[in-house]
Amino acid sequence: MLTAHWLYGISGCLLLALGLRTALLHDMLLQRLIGINVMGAGVFLVLITVAYRGPGIAPDPVLHALVLTGIVVAVSATALALALARRLTAEQDDG
Amino acid sequence: MNFDATLPLLVLASSLLPGLVIFFLREESHRLRTLLNLAGAGAKVILVGIMIWGVFHQHTYLTRWTLAPGLELVLHADTLSVLFVSLSTVLWLVTTVYAIGYLEKSPHRSRFFGFFSLCVSATIGLALAGNLFTFVIFYELLTLATYPLIAHRGTPEALRSARIYLRYTLGGGAVLLTGAVWLHVIAGPNAFIEGGVLSQLPDEYHGQLKAIFLLLMIGLGVKAALVPLHGWLPEAMVAPAPVSALLHAVAVVKAGAFGIVRVVYDVYGVQFTSELGLLAMLGVAAAITIVYGSFKALSQDNLKKRLAYSTVSQVSYIALGTAILGPIGTIGGIVHLVHQGIMKITLFFAAGNYAETLGIHNVSEMNGVGQRMPATTLAFSIAALGMIGIPPIAGFISKWYLGLGAVEAGMAGWVLPVLIISSVLNAAYFLPVLYRAWFCRPAPAWPAEHIPAARYETAGALLWPPVITAGLALAAGLFAAAPYSPLEWADLIAQREYQL
Amino acid sequence: MAETLIWLIAMPMAGAVATLLLPRQSTPIACVTAVAASLVAGTLLYAVSEQGSLSYEIGGWSAGLGIALRADGLSALLLMMTALVMLASSVYAGTYFTKAAARARFWPLWLLLWTSLNALLLSGDLFNLYVTLELLGLSAVALASFGGKFAAVQAALRYLLLGLLGSMMFLAGVSLIYAGYGTLDLATLTLAVEPEPVAWTALALMSAGLLLKTALFPLHFWLPPAHASASAPVSAVLSALVVKVAFYLLVRLWMDVFADLVTPAAAGLLGVMGAAAILWGSWQALRTERLKLLAAWSTVAQLGYLFLFFPVLLALPPGPARDTAFGGLVILALTHGLAKAGLFLAIGIIQQRSGHDRINELNGTAQRLPATTFAIALAGVALIGLPPSGAFLGKWQLLAGSFASGQWLWILVTIAGSLLAAAYIFRVLGHAFGNQSYPRHSVTIAREEWPALILTTLAVAGLGLAGAPVWNLLESGA
Repeated sequence: MLTAHWLYGISGCLLLALGLRTALLHDMLLQRLIGINVMGAGVFLVLITVAYRGPGIAPDPVLHALVLTGIVVAVSATALALALARRLTAEQDDG
Repeated sequence: MNFDATLPLLVLASSLLPGLVIFFLREESHRLRTLLNLAGAGAKVILVGIMIWGVFHQHTYLTRWTLAPGLELVLHADTLSVLFVSLSTVLWLVTTVYAIGYLEKSPHRSRFFGFFSLCVSATIGLALAGNLFTFVIFYELLTLATYPLIAHRGTPEALRSARIYLRYTLGGGAVLLTGAVWLHVIAGPNAFIEGGVLSQLPDEYHGQLKAIFLLLMIGLGVKAALVPLHGWLPEAMVAPAPVSALLHAVAVVKAGAFGIVRVVYDVYGVQFTSELGLLAMLGVAAAITIVYGSFKALSQDNLKKRLAYSTVSQVSYIALGTAILGPIGTIGGIVHLVHQGIMKITLFFAAGNYAETLGIHNVSEMNGVGQRMPATTLAFSIAALGMIGIPPIAGFISKWYLGLGAVEAGMAGWVLPVLIISSVLNAAYFLPVLYRAWFCRPAPAWPAEHIPAARYETAGALLWPPVITAGLALAAGLFAAAPYSPLEWADLIAQREYQL
Repeated sequence: MAETLIWLIAMPMAGAVATLLLPRQSTPIACVTAVAASLVAGTLLYAVSEQGSLSYEIGGWSAGLGIALRADGLSALLLMMTALVMLASSVYAGTYFTKAAARARFWPLWLLLWTSLNALLLSGDLFNLYVTLELLGLSAVALASFGGKFAAVQAALRYLLLGLLGSMMFLAGVSLIYAGYGTLDLATLTLAVEPEPVAWTALALMSAGLLLKTALFPLHFWLPPAHASASAPVSAVLSALVVKVAFYLLVRLWMDVFADLVTPAAAGLLGVMGAAAILWGSWQALRTERLKLLAAWSTVAQLGYLFLFFPVLLALPPGPARDTAFGGLVILALTHGLAKAGLFLAIGIIQQRSGHDRINELNGTAQRLPATTFAIALAGVALIGLPPSGAFLGKWQLLAGSFASGQWLWILVTIAGSLLAAAYIFRVLGHAFGNQSYPRHSVTIAREEWPALILTTLAVAGLGLAGAPVWNLLESGA
């Protein structure tokens, strides 16, 4: 029986695979960056699925913390990547 | 730490510490550098003197230092190591004096003398090594310390020959290391023990032991210039004369030959080596090298290159002596370690004097040089005659014992012809040089006269070293039966090896 | 003594904040921080050698909820190496960046990197390891792009994306572990894991991420450009430390936590990749025209040696034989760290003095910069694995282990790699020893030349001649 639990888990894995494929196979920076972010979303989805302990019970706090940290890291890494990319294009335009 | 445990370390440190300090000296502090060099060399002579006396009276000098589990740095003085240590110490002292004269006013002397001392320290270290692991360490260090000396002049030729030297020696070092690790895995720490230890291993290891022996001999054969591993030696003759002296007499080729002696006598045991059928193999390699080197020397016009091929040939007498089973052959091989060193260093000093004083590099330019530089040429002649094996010079003693040992071991059938062919060839490449030097009329002008004749025929620091070493070569032959002579010491080594 | 653990993280972190707030005084603050943090690392090393492994629970919260710090012999040794490399590179960086403004922007990132290195080496659970891995990656990327040349930014960007990819895989593995075993604490996990699909998949995912970060062949391609185009002190720590802590984590996972899962085939796969890294990395180092690229490719090759130990260790019986070989792995890693950092610092001096790092134009370097040339030679001795360096002892153990377990391939690869290393090192030294007709005498600053010389001397004489305590420490702090 396909419960919501499984649906989340499988789509998480799918997102992970899709993101990985994009990140590995594409050359354009923005595509790769988005690919990695999609991949991150997949991992987070899996983590949230694992954290679910049934109706009425609070989800696992450790995994929640892990997901939150992961999101923060992903956001800052993406910001850093975009900043670096901007510097690159700026220099390309100059030279 | 008592004195007996520190003495080997002190002998090592007496050249290592001055060398390290010299690196940091300014180029101009000529006096301080000379003082440090000579103080180190003098201290080493005294310390080695104590060591000779002690080893003769059955003292044990042993320094240990653990580097890793099962891997110990061991410095140990036994009769064989003392022989090599004394040779290096005495010749280092002489070569230092010579080098100070030779390199006067040339650039980068601090670097030169720093590496020079490191080179001798490495030699002392491998002479005193108490196990194969320690030997390998100093064997590699010797390679490293010699490289900057060969590359010293920085010219394209110097860099090229340094590169060739490295290619051979690092390759050989890697092979030696492989053999040493393999042996360590099978047989443990491999301490050098008179008579060897490997004969106690069970029979199923004999195949591996043969393979290891081959690896060790290839690794050592590179420095000992066994054919076909000798290619670097004639190339390295572009180095300054004191470095050639170091390569040919004090350190590098000697390290290889000494290693062969060590492995055969004190790791495998000469009896066991013979039982494995390896001794004959070594003997054949040595015989080929002896004859080949002499043949190549014949056709060289460049004096230092002729001497280099002569070294290829002469050093293998040591390996030949090792390959002759029985105490007399052993004596012949081991005593040649010393004799060849003294004679060959004399020849290189003299060649350096010709080049520095008159700009002579080739045999064809040597006509009448005996009149212009009689003392140098006399020293050259004594050493050359000794190499041929004319009594009463040191080389005769070596060849006599080798021949006698071969007869005793029943190997006369092939050893004697090798000795005779080689002696004839020695005469054929040395006697024409002597003839030119003494009896031919000099050319109207020398190729490039750098040092005019004054009180002496050349600078004092250049003149005395070959005269002294020629005197030593003569004395080693004349007083061969005196106590503490090289021959007597080699006899003592043979007695302890064969437990007579 | 357990408080030293928290100080090792708090001190560089406080330094990072202080240099950010007080940019004018940032250089002295950074130097004081570096000295103090190094002293603490030394204290920790001493404490572990005396008392065995230490642990500390931050705020008294027990593991599972709170953050627990642990230090055993291995982590104490790596922390000490980190401290030495960071201290020497800090002193060097103080003169390398001539503009005060550049230094003020540099120090906070630099100390943040140090904080994350220390935190990673002290973490005992996968959650914290993930966080510190990310922190390390981000600060390393920011530093790699520091200095702002086009090539550096480009390489840093690639480094960032691949690092991020590695982290995501690691995180995916972590989530599987938690789903399967309900814990992230390494000590608990060691007892809980069973050889079953969930553990295998998790280990494979985490390992893939870490292999990407430690740049094992064929995942090495991002390393040479990133390490070669960064500024000298940054290259030094990237090559010596940053890739090495990812390797440390792999060692922890494969030899400690998941030791029961590791099959000979898996370890053999790592060995084959290591062998390829040695040969390919050394070959590229031999062919390259630029000194910094040579050093970077040499890092690829040297990491390969560390992976050769995996199949060898697995084939040895547990006990003294394996412990001795493991010590060889550790001393090889330590020697490489010190030597490679020294090499990059020395190359930085040559590059600043002569304006380039082209190997064919190095003639006269030995005349102009004798101390720096000597440092390069010492680093070379360590990279080749010649005595008396610590790497010689490490390679001896590698060869001995291979002989003992009959794995002949690794012997051939080790010897071939060493000879290739000799070829690329002496290619540099051959040029450096070449004469230049007009030796330009330039003024050298001792503060600039000493760090490289001290690091390389430690790698050669320090670890080579006084390396025995490494084995004792690994034993007592196990």
